[in-house]
This record gives sequence, structure tokens and C-alpha cells, in this order.
Amino acid sequence: MGDTTGEFVGTGLYKSYAGAGADTPAAPVLADCSFHFEAGKLNVVMGTSGCGKSTLAYLLAGYQTPDRGTLLIDGEPVTGAGSDRLLVFQETALWPWMTVEENVLFGPVSRGQSRQSARPKANALLDRFGLADFKDKYPSQLSGGMMRRAELAQALVNNPKVMILDEPFRGLDVMTRELMQEYYLKLFEDTRLSTVFITAELEEALFLADRIYIMSDAPSRIVKIIDVDLPRPREISCTATRRYAELEQEALTALYEGRELEAL
Amino acid sequence: MADATTPTITRRNPFANEGFWLAMLGLGSFLLLWYAAVKWTPIQAFNRLPDPLTVVREWLSPTPSYGISIFTADYYVHILYSTYRALAAFTLAILLGVPLGIFMGWKRSVHQYAYSLFSLLRPVPPLAWVPIAILLFPGVEPAVIFVTFLVAFFAMTMNTYVGVKAIPEDYFRASACLGGTNTDILWDVIIPGAMPSIFTGLQIAMGAAWFSLAAGEMIAAQYGLGFLIWESYNLIQYPTIIIGMATLGLVGYLSSAAVRMVGNRLMAWREQRLGTGG
Repeated sequence: MGDTTGEFVGTGLYKSYAGAGADTPAAPVLADCSFHFEAGKLNVVMGTSGCGKSTLAYLLAGYQTPDRGTLLIDGEPVTGAGSDRLLVFQETALWPWMTVEENVLFGPVSRGQSRQSARPKANALLDRFGLADFKDKYPSQLSGGMMRRAELAQALVNNPKVMILDEPFRGLDVMTRELMQEYYLKLFEDTRLSTVFITAELEEALFLADRIYIMSDAPSRIVKIIDVDLPRPREISCTATRRYAELEQEALTALYEGRELEAL
Repeated sequence: MADATTPTITRRNPFANEGFWLAMLGLGSFLLLWYAAVKWTPIQAFNRLPDPLTVVREWLSPTPSYGISIFTADYYVHILYSTYRALAAFTLAILLGVPLGIFMGWKRSVHQYAYSLFSLLRPVPPLAWVPIAILLFPGVEPAVIFVTFLVAFFAMTMNTYVGVKAIPEDYFRASACLGGTNTDILWDVIIPGAMPSIFTGLQIAMGAAWFSLAAGEMIAAQYGLGFLIWESYNLIQYPTIIIGMATLGLVGYLSSAAVRMVGNRLMAWREQRLGTGG
């Protein structure tokens, strides 16, 4: 899985949404947003809520196109949605009318693989995520954490070059959330799958990231990049180190500056 | 499906159910009031009507005074005619309404073509269509079926449309992301996603078919329960009017219950969600 591929380069991206009426001006969401999300890294994008993080996720996934600017994946322009870039959603997007296994098989089967040939890999992933006994259940019968793991399986079965996670653990309770963070961290450290992880939580960002990209409020751009040099593999105990506290301070300062820039 | 996922439905004795007795009480009070109004009040408008006992006696009589009871062949001919028309209209409503609703909900251009026209035609009541139906169609049957079909069709289309619109955008995005084609989206996302609303539509359409049917039959038919009611009125056979009405109610109720039963069967995933409480 993704070792050298899955690199995003965005240059001067602009995106605005049309206002409700003809005379309401278009609301700019992204303005001159540039970034370089390296392959094989856990890139975390951080910003306050409503700053256009989801818009960025939709651009990366190819659901929307930027008004201006270029967005490249491994040197090729992003032209639409594709299974090389998989987005894990804020709210669960498992189809409630399919069993967990059917949900995971949807991608391979849609791309022409037979159910039979896709099944071993799907089951191996479900097994790995501790869902082997739940593959015939419907999503609503799973806990929140299980749903997120099922979604990870649903995405990973397609061999994506890069995973885009848009506040994937929002809405989970604190315990489950921490477990899921450790889960994803372990997955990443095992596979080095290129990742863009979008969050509004500083603790989550610092715990997971190789590099944090801090966004300003809308119209947003990346205002600060912080290299998180905490050693890997990470344990939750790393949040108690001195280096963690320094990084936290640096990030907080940048977040507040992002605010003030906007206030001017 | 694993056995453990099937919710266990325990069959309870209906007589032990408080709801059952309240329903009986409601029905009983209605019959008593009816009887009292006809027999014991000095109001002439009420006194003209048959009381419930007379109706039941006529309904169950092997030799009915006005020629219609559960022992006469004509009774069943009327029921069969009405059922045939209602089912034909209902089937047509599904065949045309579900695809139209799906495409109106899914494809913006279809929505733009069809929606305003649809919204203008929808409020026109079935009775208002009767003259046009008679002019348009060569015989009685197609005209009655057309009138019966219309409201059912509108209900079917609207419910399917609303069902498709209610599917979360993320389900479409996820599908596009995973490489789903339009066919995959239609069969794996839109149809199952809109299914709960489609089944609500089926139940409404079935009910709508029966009430428009009676209207159509009263004006333009030689058989059927609506015709029976109207004919009995003209011939001053008042108990038969009530027999026709009660039969319409019963057959309509049974067909809606059948639709509901099929719906619940087919939507196992929804049952399971309700069963386990998310």
C-alpha cells in the first residue's frame, strides 16, 4: 500500500459557492490556498469549524472543482472522483441497507470484480479490523467505532493511493475516539499509506500528524505548517512530553493568528 | 442472513391487548350511536336511514330483500370488478410513478421538465377528470381505470421523488468515490435508499385508488361497488348502500394491509434497525 504515491500539490486554489439569490455575492471559501501534502506522510489539516476544511476535502476527492488554481495528484490534475483517492466522511456513509460485507464489496464489484474473487481480501480486512463476526450485520447494528472501522475497510479494500479523512471521528465518545486514533495511527505506521486527515481538534492533530497544516478562517488558506517531530511509533503517553507541549503552544499561536488575519 | 439478526416476533393474543378492546369500544359506540340516531331520535333525516341491525341482517341474508348479500353472486361480481380496476390502476401507477419519481429526484433536468407541470395537475381532484376521461377513452373500463389511476400515480411519484431527495448526499459521493456507475447508483443507492418512502407511497396510492375508484364508478360504470352504492340510492335500496360502503371500506383496508405486509417483509434492514434501536 501507498509508499511513494498519493502526493497532492495544490497551488493558488480558489473556491466560492454561489449565494442564495442573484444579488447575493458568492461566498469565498478558499482563497489562494496552496499546499504540498507529501506521499507516505500523515498530513493533518487543521482549522476551526466552518473554515472550509470540507471544501478542501471535496476538492481533493474530486467531487468539486476549484474556481482557480491547480490541484495535482502525483503530478496529474485531479479531474473527478476516483477510487485512488478515498474519502472517509464526517457522518457515516455506509449504506444502511447492505450488510457490512456487502458495503466493503461495493467498490471492487462496481469496478467489475466478481463477488467471489473480491471476498477474500474484504474478509481479511474485516478480520484485521476486528469485524469478522459482524460482516453479516447491518451498519445500524454496529457501534460508532465499529462503523468507522467498517468504513476504513470499505476504503482500503480498493488499494487507494491516498486516504482523505474528513473529521472521521467526530461524534464518537471520548474513549472510542481515542481508541480510533490509536487504531488509525497503528494502521498508518504499518502501511505508511499517504493520508490527509482533516480535524478541528488540536490534540488529535498533534497525536497523529507528521505535519500539521493550519488553515485560516474563511476565505481560507494554509497559514502555517508545523512539523510534528514526535517519534514513531507513538503511544498516547507522547502527549505528556515537553516537546508535545511546545508544539501545542506553537499551533495554538498559529490558530489565533489565523483568526486575527481574518478579523483585519 | 444469520439467525441472530432476525428480530423475534412474538405473536400475542389480541384479546389480551388493551388497544384491541379500545378499538372494539370505539366501533361499538359508533354502532350504538347510529342505532340510537335512527331508532330513537325524532330527526327525520336520520329516520330515513337503515339501522345497523337491518343492514347486517340484509348483508347476511340468504334471501336479501334488495338482491345483494354475501349469498348472492352479484355481490362478488361487484367486488371483483372494483378490485380488478383498483389493482390495474395501482399497478399502472407503480409502473409509471416510481420511474418518474426516481428520475425527478435524481436528474435535475427531468425535475425541471416535469415538476411544475406535475404540481399544477396534482391538486385537480379525481372527479374533475371524469368528463375528460369519458371523452378520451372509448369504453367505460379505461375511463374508470384512468380516473382511479391518476391520484395513485401522483401519490406514487411524489413519494418516490421525496424518497430519492432524502437520500444523504454522502451516499452518492461514497458511491462515486468507490467507482460506482450510474447503474450501481440506481440499484444499490437510489432504489434501496428511497424504498421506505416508496412503500409509504404504495400504501397511500392503494388508498387513493380505492377512493377515486368509487367516484369513477358512480358516474361511468355498470358494475363495481361505487356503481352499486349509486344504483341502490337511485332505486331506494338503502341497506344495500351501506353494504356497498362497508364492503369498500373492508376491501380497501385489506389491500392496504397487504401492501404494508409485503413492504415490511422486503425491508428487513429497516426492521432490524428498529429492532436493535441503533
